[in-house]
Amino acid sequence: MAALIEIEGLTKRFGAFTAVDHVSFTVARGEVLGFLGPNGAGKSTTMRMLAGFVTPTAGGARVCGHDVQTDAVAARQNLGFLPEGAPTYPEMTVQGFLRFVAGIRGYAGRERSERVERAIGLTTLAEARLQPIETLSKGFKRRVGLAQALLHDPPVLVLDEPTDGLDPNQKHEVRGLITRMAKEKAIVISTHILEEVDAVCSRAIIIARGRVIADATPAELAQRHPSGKLDDVFRAMTEPKALAA
Amino acid sequence: MSDGFSVRRTFAITRRELAGYFATPVAAVFIVIFLVLQGVLTFNLGGFFDRDQADLVPFFGFLPWVFVLLVPALTMRLWAEERRLGTIELLLTLPLRQSEAVVGKFLAAWAFCAIALALTFPFWITVNLLGHPDNATIACGYVGGLLVAGAFLAIGAAASAASKNQVIAFVLALVICFIFAAASYPLVTDFISRGSPALATFARRLSVIERFQSFTRGVIEARDLIYFVTFIGFWLFLNTVVVDHRKAD
Repeated sequence: MAALIEIEGLTKRFGAFTAVDHVSFTVARGEVLGFLGPNGAGKSTTMRMLAGFVTPTAGGARVCGHDVQTDAVAARQNLGFLPEGAPTYPEMTVQGFLRFVAGIRGYAGRERSERVERAIGLTTLAEARLQPIETLSKGFKRRVGLAQALLHDPPVLVLDEPTDGLDPNQKHEVRGLITRMAKEKAIVISTHILEEVDAVCSRAIIIARGRVIADATPAELAQRHPSGKLDDVFRAMTEPKALAA
Repeated sequence: MSDGFSVRRTFAITRRELAGYFATPVAAVFIVIFLVLQGVLTFNLGGFFDRDQADLVPFFGFLPWVFVLLVPALTMRLWAEERRLGTIELLLTLPLRQSEAVVGKFLAAWAFCAIALALTFPFWITVNLLGHPDNATIACGYVGGLLVAGAFLAIGAAASAASKNQVIAFVLALVICFIFAAASYPLVTDFISRGSPALATFARRLSVIERFQSFTRGVIEARDLIYFVTFIGFWLFLNTVVVDHRKAD
């Protein structure tokens, strides 16, 4: 089966600084890809290019076969994207915000209400639906961002730190949600929580200084260190002295 | 892109933006200050009663200058705020064209100005109670006023896209609006004609106020309408280009 996400030689330079350096990978339906790396490694920039927000210096990306640059609207219709920090409009209510996103995505009338209800249900936001987003806690705000990404039940999900700021119970719920959706979708999540990779990801990519330095299943990766722990592998591979070698 | 410009998506943006004005104190503060400024200028400085004439000439005389000052305050947040909150990343990764977001935001600000302008109706009632004004001329003046607001809003929106900082966006828009407002005044034309008299004539043609004045005399000419449509179109185009280049900075 053809991959739903195809990234080829994706490169982004900001002046003399290369944030993302010839990154290539594909993600097929049913895969949950954990995107790991130290802060500033190029995770968010890669995801932004995949979502069509940042224009690549070289290379390209396709979502469900649609080029994110030349066929952007079609690519984005197939994509649910949670940007870093889960930005939302603070003065809007949860329901108002989701209705706005549903309107842009082309839903009207009953279908629009049903889509919004479904997203609210999936992310357990019912109790907060009429509250302005600015009055919500960090965990709720993150779930509003998640609800927005799930609204149109897209085949491709790109989630930048989906569990950041959630309490352990909420983290568990979101991981359960991702696992349940995994079969029909291609999902990319970035995270700093390595236990999360074990829990939900079928594959992990480690990126450092803009380059892919590992691409394997979490179990395979863990075996690369004598301790058998993903934590140790991550540290050994991404520490400055390891990268300099 | 596979599909064309969508009016439906544009209006979805417009509705959200317009509701945003009224969800924050922006709307109330803007409208009150606008009405107070117009009132003080028209009645006191403009000598509305002393002129003893049933028209809104002093009202329309000050209107563009009040817009020069207030419109940049209205537009400075349009894009700068999206960048500060990071919502620009959300907005521009939704399945819509950037031009739809640009036009949608502009229309919201313009509709808001139309509401503010409509709330000046007591001036119109006053002048009708005191005498028999030419209401067709007044209507033309209002149409012209709305077009001036549109022209300045388009400038302000582009300035807002150019900077993450709202203060910079405000000052930039204020200066550019002022230049286009004052282009027909000796202040600007004298300065330009020292270098090239032909350029001074050109500057006069570009002046927003020069165009507006024919509306206040009750004349709506096709070339003036074309001027405003082109003017707004140019700045919205620039706005789209700037958003595209600077969105991720």
